[in-house]
Amino acid sequence: MSDKLLMKGNEVIGEAAIIAGCRHYFGYPITPQNEIPAYMAARMPEVGGVFVQAESEVAAINMVLGAAAAGARVMTSSSSPGISLKQEGISYLSACELPAVIVNMMRGGPGLGNIAGAQGDYFQATKGGGHGDYRLIVLAPATVQEMADYTVQAFDLADKYRTVVMILGDGHIGQMSEPLVLPKPTGKTFDKSAWSLTGAKGRDQHIVRSLLLYPEDELEKLNIRLQEKYKLITKNEILYKTYMTDDADYLLIGFGMCSRLARGACDVLRKKGLKAGMFRPVTLWPFPSAELAKAAAGKKKILVIEMNAGQMIEDVNLAIGCSIPVDFVGRMGGMVPELETIVERVETYVK
Amino acid sequence: MSSNTRIKEQLIMKRPDSMFEMKNHYCPGCGHGIIHNMLGECIDELGVQENTILVAPVGCAVMAFLYFKMDGCEAPHGRVPAVATGIKRVHPDKIVLAYQGDGDLLAIGMAETIHAANRGENITVIFVNNANYGMTGGQMAPTTLPGQRTKTTPKGRNTSTEGFPIKACELINTLEAPVFIERCSVHNVPNIRKTKRALKKALENQIEKRGYSFVEVLSMCPTNWGMQPVDGTKWLEESMIPAFPLGNFRDRGAE
Amino acid sequence: MTERIFIAGFGGQGAILAGKLICLAAMHEGKNISHIPSYGVEMRGGAANCSVVVSDEDIPSPLVFKPDVLVTLNEQSLSKFIDRLRPDGLLVYNSSLIHTTPSRKDITVVAVDANDIAEGLGSSRAANMVLIGAVAGLKPEIASVESVISELGKAVSTRNLELNELNKKALFAGKEAVLTKAKK
Repeated sequence: MSDKLLMKGNEVIGEAAIIAGCRHYFGYPITPQNEIPAYMAARMPEVGGVFVQAESEVAAINMVLGAAAAGARVMTSSSSPGISLKQEGISYLSACELPAVIVNMMRGGPGLGNIAGAQGDYFQATKGGGHGDYRLIVLAPATVQEMADYTVQAFDLADKYRTVVMILGDGHIGQMSEPLVLPKPTGKTFDKSAWSLTGAKGRDQHIVRSLLLYPEDELEKLNIRLQEKYKLITKNEILYKTYMTDDADYLLIGFGMCSRLARGACDVLRKKGLKAGMFRPVTLWPFPSAELAKAAAGKKKILVIEMNAGQMIEDVNLAIGCSIPVDFVGRMGGMVPELETIVERVETYVK
Repeated sequence: MSSNTRIKEQLIMKRPDSMFEMKNHYCPGCGHGIIHNMLGECIDELGVQENTILVAPVGCAVMAFLYFKMDGCEAPHGRVPAVATGIKRVHPDKIVLAYQGDGDLLAIGMAETIHAANRGENITVIFVNNANYGMTGGQMAPTTLPGQRTKTTPKGRNTSTEGFPIKACELINTLEAPVFIERCSVHNVPNIRKTKRALKKALENQIEKRGYSFVEVLSMCPTNWGMQPVDGTKWLEESMIPAFPLGNFRDRGAE
Repeated sequence: MTERIFIAGFGGQGAILAGKLICLAAMHEGKNISHIPSYGVEMRGGAANCSVVVSDEDIPSPLVFKPDVLVTLNEQSLSKFIDRLRPDGLLVYNSSLIHTTPSRKDITVVAVDANDIAEGLGSSRAANMVLIGAVAGLKPEIASVESVISELGKAVSTRNLELNELNKKALFAGKEAVLTKAKK
């Protein structure tokens, strides 16, 4: 184990992006993710990359748009209020089918909120956030190792589907240090020569745009293409993890930080003779609906654990068709549920 | 060649090679077409057509890239300098043009304008100032003149509640980084020629990696000004030029 | 074995570094660890603390609300966090700077004159090391002093590497201080 590194989640995201071949980062400071721009400011020049501290989150996401259009692997990062500001750009990126990786280390909201870790941006990340019919691939890491692995994976997914991929973490896992092994580059390459802006030399012009004034001939066609792409992503890219679900009576569901709590609670409950298992969506979009329905079949009760008001419950109920009672343990405003609270709640189910 | 009696034909003006042969969508008397043409001539003369990427704004010039045989990118409203920054940082050897109107550059995109200039991004910003929002039907712009009637200043711009026209060149001239700042106009031939010279210098600066160049072009919008095209050129000369004096503010290119 | 440790002091006392060093040492011994610092409005002299979990198993939450071990470097931290310590928990406090004797009877209380011991060795800056040494002496299952020393080079920034001789002495002195007390 001593061959592992001890690194902070936020810094790991920076290094993993570099491993993935990202050489352009544009960002704007906001706690609790300031380690990412600081890391990039120091590291990018060492690897021949570009770091720009933009004048705002709005400018940063549009620099991302320009760099992505130019064919680069590009990333920006922020936290909840800053991600709200980026929504316009995310909609444009999606419409222009540009690959980009966006990190959201969520903090307490709404409004300016606070700087503690939270999960209140689930709806924003998975249901839209900006205008129009588009989706992001949303990856929710729970450990520092996963932050590294999923960041590397995010760049491949973005390029493969020409889509925006969001790493949805929270302030706590961004600040947390854990042992990890840095991932290796995947070695995958993606040919962007058919659309990227490189100067129209010896070829027709390339145009990156989303203004498509003719509803039937242009914009609906783009939308149909996007929806087909989202179907393909749903078919191919769902990620989830389970823990002791097979014989469980009670299914605990959480993403990111809360999946750690769910898993820990399962261990405690099993020792007390209660059969609890955990289901954890890793891709929040596409949501592992069929997989959850299968894992939940025959269970007595589902307990959703979140650091918000219960935003994921909607997706859970859609997945299981409201066939099993769903309970909820959650904290808001930057609070984290305690393991004991989760354990005690499950114990009430048998009383 | 054999006959000396034949009248010699001399081509004095043609469509630039870097532009597509097509009609543009601009209104009669609009300045955009002239500015596009001057830009196209400069690109031809400098031989950079295959190396240039044009970033178009939200506004009347939203589809400007359709007229040029070059790569083009659309930017969200006001974000042209940020998008141009992203492209330029990926391709430092390409020529990146930021083409913007007055609402885009001075209202919604003021922050991006100032900070791209302040970073000294090696791009060329072409700012078309026609004192109103053209595409949305003639609302007040940051450059609308005091007393000027628009859709949203029906009784004329009231400076006590709506402020004064913002002078882009003067504003950018307070920054250290820009290398070239000039205000021109396209209301008559001598000024069109000056505009072309300014555009060419601004492009040369970028080619030579000197840094940020800013060319403001006063331009006619007779449709939204409620005038005939010819009257538009007069109104520009008589009303706009006094408010936005023409001239070069900075030229470090030659230094 | 799972030990939830909370280390608290004011900015500059090295509470966060102490936590990181414990993590590195426990990692060196093959244990699972997590470390999470307090963060926020950056201010010299403001409160600084960190949560550390050392375990043989997977770590559910890196956040320590109710620690098994509480280490306090200054008076304010002690009064602020003592009620959070679990019953039968261990309190190690810096008695050079803390003059209030904790009143809780359901915990083990160990006072260490960390600043004075460190000062005697050359610099009070190593007070955090004295306290780590004390924790390692009292709870070797978290990490041994030897493991802490072997990881010093990874935790201490390059410009402070010359302090590591002093740090080593301070770590041993902390261990010795608590073991001597235990014998008494």
